[in-house]
Amino acid sequence: MTAEHTPAPMIVLKGMSKTFNRTIHAVRDVDLEVAEGEVVVIVGPSGSGKSTVLRCVNLLEIPTKGTVVVDGFDLTDASTDLDHVRAEVGMVFQQFNLFPHLTVLENITLAQRKVRNRSKAEATDMAMRQLDRVGIPEKAEAYPRQLSGGQQQRVAIARSLAMEPRVMLFDEPTSALDPEMVKEVLDVMLELASEGMTMVVVTHEMGFARAAADRLVFIDEGEIVEVGPPEEVFANPTQERTRAFFDKILY
Amino acid sequence: MNETKTAKGNRVTDERPWWDTFPWWAAIIIGVLLWMGWQILTNDNYELAWDRIIPGLSLTISATIQAFAFALVIALVVGIGQMSRNVVLRTMSRTYVEFVRGIPILPLIFTVALILVPEGTDAINGPLERWFGWELKLSFMMRAIVTLSLIYGAYMAEIFRGGIQSIPPGQTEAGRSLGLSRHQTMRSVVLPQAMRAIIPPLGNDFIAILKDTSLLSVLGVLEITQRARQFSASTFKFREGYFVVAFIYLVLTLGLSVLLGLLEKRMTRDRKGER
Repeated sequence: MTAEHTPAPMIVLKGMSKTFNRTIHAVRDVDLEVAEGEVVVIVGPSGSGKSTVLRCVNLLEIPTKGTVVVDGFDLTDASTDLDHVRAEVGMVFQQFNLFPHLTVLENITLAQRKVRNRSKAEATDMAMRQLDRVGIPEKAEAYPRQLSGGQQQRVAIARSLAMEPRVMLFDEPTSALDPEMVKEVLDVMLELASEGMTMVVVTHEMGFARAAADRLVFIDEGEIVEVGPPEEVFANPTQERTRAFFDKILY
Repeated sequence: MNETKTAKGNRVTDERPWWDTFPWWAAIIIGVLLWMGWQILTNDNYELAWDRIIPGLSLTISATIQAFAFALVIALVVGIGQMSRNVVLRTMSRTYVEFVRGIPILPLIFTVALILVPEGTDAINGPLERWFGWELKLSFMMRAIVTLSLIYGAYMAEIFRGGIQSIPPGQTEAGRSLGLSRHQTMRSVVLPQAMRAIIPPLGNDFIAILKDTSLLSVLGVLEITQRARQFSASTFKFREGYFVVAFIYLVLTLGLSVLLGLLEKRMTRDRKGER
């Protein structure tokens, strides 16, 4: 662990475990701190629990043990207003999850208006700025089904960004995309990282990890096996399991 | 080689003759309806049956609309109640639905109209009379509407539940992850999408209620089936009485089906290509 933690950590997971049906241990005793402005990329074999870890960060999945603290709020404390904290934590899903009955613009303004109580003009203004940022302002009036996968995912990113979150979570954002659309999404994410957004990204894109990650986290069987700067972990994995994984996927 | 050929023509074509694709069933039904209409207009016996039965139409229609309206309210509450986090609410909803769905309509009508409603009103009439000097008396028409509402409330609750559950969980997750509350997510994200899955089967149940109002004849409600029974029994003109009542039901249900079909067509056109 070489990353220095100058400011207060944005995300603190302590002794976090998630068990399904009391028998399936998806996540075991995970400890992880993410500093403000840091980009952490989580990799690991499918079924290793990396998505579950991510989903526990905004409590879409409720941990069965341990604590989750985001931006100083203890989400595992029942008195914490989850909706309030979730508005500060953007999430991008593998399947985009745009609202199909709403236009792109309405997708981006809905939560701004209902959660942030912005006026229609303010919300629209913010939506257009985010659409500019992801490069598709001309699609504002389109419906999600009229967009390509890459465009849909960029709208999903814009939808999250419009809430001005403190953290962005990405759950395999390019895994459902056709190969030619992967880059346009990764480019947006890379730019976001360079602007200093705190990001936790679950992905199989090792190129992105190399280019953007401050730290790489390797998870296997629900446990954090290895953490470190991506070049180091790629070049000299200290654990046998990490080495075996990279041997399988790096071409 | 020739003896292996059993049919003429070429299989490799996508042209089918007009008589293969023509909607014969519609032609047959329209033909029958036209013939019935002609009988009613020209045949004195059919005209007599028509005149005796048609005054019941307003009861049939008003029972249908009232039962559907009450059932809608019950269904929305119970449908969402079944998915509630509250175990009492969930259990009550589920129990009610399973009870009603497991019993045929006819015994349910007798049970509700002859036992539950009288005993229920008896129970509250004591206090009502003492405090307000007034008694609640439900006519058989009202009891019948209560019964149909309870029955279809349970059927339609399943439609609501199914419609809501057909929306992928990712939609709720996306809403919640943006900071929308459970309630806001249900109202702005899930329900608008679920309505597309809910409206067509609700329409079918509206038609089913219309047909099932005929069962109210067992309670002596003077809707069209009861009038057809009375007419036939008193004149021995069974053919005329029951043909006319069948004709009225067919016109109503087919008309509603056509309307419903148009509505569905519009809805599927709107969502073409959607995931």
